[in-house]
Amino acid sequence: MLDKVTKQKLVVIGNGMAGIRTVEALLERAPDLYDITVFGSEPYGNYNRILLSPVLAGEKTVDDIMLNTVDWYEDNNITLRKGETISMIDRRTCEVVTEAGERVPYDRLLIATGSNPIMLPLPGKDLPGVIGFRDIYDVDRMIKASTDYRNAVVIGGGLLGLEAANGLMKRGMNVTVVHLLDTLMERQLDPVAGGLLRKSLEERGMVFKMPAQTQAILGEDRVTGVRFGDGTELAADLVVMAVGIRPNFELAKKAGLYCERGIVVSDTMQTYDGRIYAVGECVQHRRQTYGLVAPLFDQAKVCANHLAMKGFATYDGSVTSTKLKVTGIDLFSAGDFAPGPDKEEIVLQDANRGVYKRIILKDKKIVGAVLYGDTIDGPWYFQHLRDGTDVSHMRERLVFGAANLGDGGVNGQNSVAAMSDETEICGCNGVCKGAIVKAISEKKLFTLDDVRAHTKASSSCGSCTGLVEQVLAFTLGGDYSAAPKVKPLCKCTDHSHDDVRRVIVEQQLKTIPAVMRFMEWKTLNGCHSCRPALNYYLLATWPGEYRDDQQSRFINERVHANIQKDGTYSVVPRMWGGVTTPSELRAIADVAEKFNIPTVKVTGGQRIDLLGVKKEDLPAVWADLNDAGMVSGHAYAKGLRTVKTCVGSEWCRFGTQDSTGLGVKLEKFMWGSWTPAKVKLGVSGCPRNCAEATCKDVGVVCVDSGYEIHFAGAAGLHIKGTEFLTKVETEDETLEVIVALTQLYREEGWYLERMYKWCDRVGLEQIRKRVVDDIANRKALFARFAHSQQFAQTDPWAERASRGVDRNEFAPLAELELA
Amino acid sequence: MTSWIEIGALDDIPRLGSRVVRTPGGNIAVFRTESDEVFALDDRCPHKGGPLSQGIVHNKRVTCPLHNFVIELASGQAVAPDEGCTHTHPAKVENGVVWLSVRQAAAVS
Ligand SMILES: Cc1cc2nc3c(=O)[nH]c(=O)nc-3n(C[C@H](O)[C@H](O)[C@H](O)COP(=O)(O)OP(=O)(O)OC[C@H]3O[C@@H](n4cnc5c(N)ncnc54)[C@H](O)[C@@H]3O)c2cc1C
Ligand code: SF4
Ligand code: SF4
Ligand code: FES
Repeated sequence: MLDKVTKQKLVVIGNGMAGIRTVEALLERAPDLYDITVFGSEPYGNYNRILLSPVLAGEKTVDDIMLNTVDWYEDNNITLRKGETISMIDRRTCEVVTEAGERVPYDRLLIATGSNPIMLPLPGKDLPGVIGFRDIYDVDRMIKASTDYRNAVVIGGGLLGLEAANGLMKRGMNVTVVHLLDTLMERQLDPVAGGLLRKSLEERGMVFKMPAQTQAILGEDRVTGVRFGDGTELAADLVVMAVGIRPNFELAKKAGLYCERGIVVSDTMQTYDGRIYAVGECVQHRRQTYGLVAPLFDQAKVCANHLAMKGFATYDGSVTSTKLKVTGIDLFSAGDFAPGPDKEEIVLQDANRGVYKRIILKDKKIVGAVLYGDTIDGPWYFQHLRDGTDVSHMRERLVFGAANLGDGGVNGQNSVAAMSDETEICGCNGVCKGAIVKAISEKKLFTLDDVRAHTKASSSCGSCTGLVEQVLAFTLGGDYSAAPKVKPLCKCTDHSHDDVRRVIVEQQLKTIPAVMRFMEWKTLNGCHSCRPALNYYLLATWPGEYRDDQQSRFINERVHANIQKDGTYSVVPRMWGGVTTPSELRAIADVAEKFNIPTVKVTGGQRIDLLGVKKEDLPAVWADLNDAGMVSGHAYAKGLRTVKTCVGSEWCRFGTQDSTGLGVKLEKFMWGSWTPAKVKLGVSGCPRNCAEATCKDVGVVCVDSGYEIHFAGAAGLHIKGTEFLTKVETEDETLEVIVALTQLYREEGWYLERMYKWCDRVGLEQIRKRVVDDIANRKALFARFAHSQQFAQTDPWAERASRGVDRNEFAPLAELELA
Repeated sequence: MTSWIEIGALDDIPRLGSRVVRTPGGNIAVFRTESDEVFALDDRCPHKGGPLSQGIVHNKRVTCPLHNFVIELASGQAVAPDEGCTHTHPAKVENGVVWLSVRQAAAVS
């Protein structure tokens, strides 16, 4: 108890968000340092003022928004004197004086008196029915009015005014918003976004009168109307003034503390009297006053640090961002978005989706952002804005954001997954993704409320609730058992193949460096594992757009031949369906002799391999083969290799269909396509299966009544019979199914993952559903494959043999004859 | 005394790629990194002699195309856990021109 006597006394004036946040932070740092007394004019504990809007709109109750109940003060040995207003500070005696005249001494004083709504000095402003929008009392009065009256006028088309108007409208009133300017929320929005906002509020039934100046409030015993500068009048039973706030510093000023537009404080949140601190809306710091909680909370931390005598933190001011809390309207604004000669803008406008995004850049950095309709990337932009990141490297896709979801939870989770740990999720409380994830895993949190309690994320304005839920879902995984760690693509990254593929699509990443930068690769240029993988993913995702990066190709694919153990190459021309002609064979024989090719061998895929070709001879060898009508067999490719066929109904006495013809057709349609790993096909003319179709990646077994399509076989390192996919009746259907299947594999397979492994991973039924059952999807897959073939079906040999592509690759740089 | 020989233009070597210089003592692979540094190594992998010039270049390393040994371009050393070393030759770029100084002893081996 001696302790109690010697403890210093801290008195707090103002039981609001900034004051109590400071006290909380102080208790964390130095729980026993002070005897704390809090005075608050309002007859409640501390509540979340931000959420008065949802209370007004009927979406929340007053109980819901309580942050610190009366019990909390007791539990922490804080004397709460609610409903008591301080009327004077006596700095000479270090006492505060209550309205009732009681004097209470302090060693340290914290002023956190917030601000008051500005009430325009209009005739009639004191009439009953004219109110501001600041506290529970105001909200109670508005709710009461909404049951007794019909017409409301809200003066002020800013954040507060619109939230008030929305709430009153939800309560059934006819609401007109009067605004002095012709853009709503002009401090946060540009005219385009302001216009979109106005349109969607109008669709909900809100009426706007703007630009318009209010001249007088009419009425005798109670407000009955409003008159404007142009002489028109509007009937009103309730007038809400929401034209701005004025920092509440009268008390401080009277006590002789230096004030300008607010109580002037230093970087340590001290007033000109070193014993008196001030935080919140009532202060002015570096010429700036704030009307949002995020900066106040920053101030609270610094102030608590000093009150706890840890004396090192400084407050450097805050950059703020805003979200409008009108359910169903997504709006985000941050920074400086006024146009200027030294600024650049990136604008995306999608009228159909009702999306508008404007990112303002200056010196390669984001200085402002206005988002409407799709605000999920707000925190991401805001982070880059505050970090001053050089964003020039991602300029072209900047406007698509980091987490381009907007269309539902599943994507949302994924984009949350892609966010860095430093990305701020909850702007009000400055909580980053990493902190939330850590709390969830370390403290075993399962619900949104748990997260709120432990991290304070989503506990203020609630705009980030969706994001926090996604972080929760993403951290806990689909079920709540410990999710297995995903296997990273390679050691250059922690991201899995799936992550990378998804992010490439979502973020429209179109080059390898872009992927590496965006996904924060750990190495400079990746390695021999990830570069070919990324190259394939980009190629498969952006056909015709992505430029194949030769240096990220394994040598065989770079030089379109197979490297052999002595550094020479093998050359395998395509033989469609394994069918050749005397003239082709003659050409092959000639080439073999002309270039002294040591070995000519028949391959397992029904074609001929020329082994031991010197690299510099390759273009000439190809030229000769091209002249005889042959093209690359892609024997080196993670792509379509061979289509092995039997002779089928054309010759075989058992043949049921033209298996050779079908094989040729398949090969002609599919050659040149790149796939995650090699793809080999087989077509047998009857179930005797002479083409060994049932151990291929895709196999067709012809029967009398049609074609059985099999896939996911293997006959290499592993031996595995195929799975039966479906049976169709025509060749065209066979082609469609096989092409669609291959395309699905191209879109989902991991690089170097053979088709059978892919099937194992995603499941036969899943694949069948999308390729066989869902015919529309099948056709869409087919169309995508066909589209990409336009760009893939150029013979790489011809390009190099006669069109000079990649000439440098095949010639030495220099030949030195050393002395 | 290093004697420098001009072997060609930097632009003739692809970034993150390599070209071969023929010498009586065997091929020398000249690599170009992303930041336009050049390195020259015997075009022989310390493992089984694979042509390093045909490998994938990443940062200041190359991966052998035959069995994925990773070789440091600056030192010719294989990156652990693999072991071995390939001879290096001094190389430099001046005004877009690549110069090589062949270390005879190394090349003739
Ligand atoms: C409807 C509404 C919606 C808002 N929406 C958002 C939002 O979406 N995002 C956002 O960031 N911000 C929002 N704000 C602003 C945010 O609520 C304020 O920035 C924040 O509450 C300010 O905290 P404060 O502690 O400085 O002031 P307050 O929270 O106002 O606390 C000051 C307290 O001091 C008391 N007090 C004053 N003088 C005395 C005295 N002499 N003696 C005793 N007690 C006194 C007051 O009664 C009050 O309770 C909103 C505000 C309102 C009103
Ligand atoms: S699979 Fe049937 S059709 Fe084809 S060659 Fe063999 S027996 Fe004849
Ligand atoms: S089976 Fe082995 S040795 Fe024979 S070609 Fe294939 S990889 Fe080479
Ligand atoms: S020869 Fe280079 S890794 Fe084997």
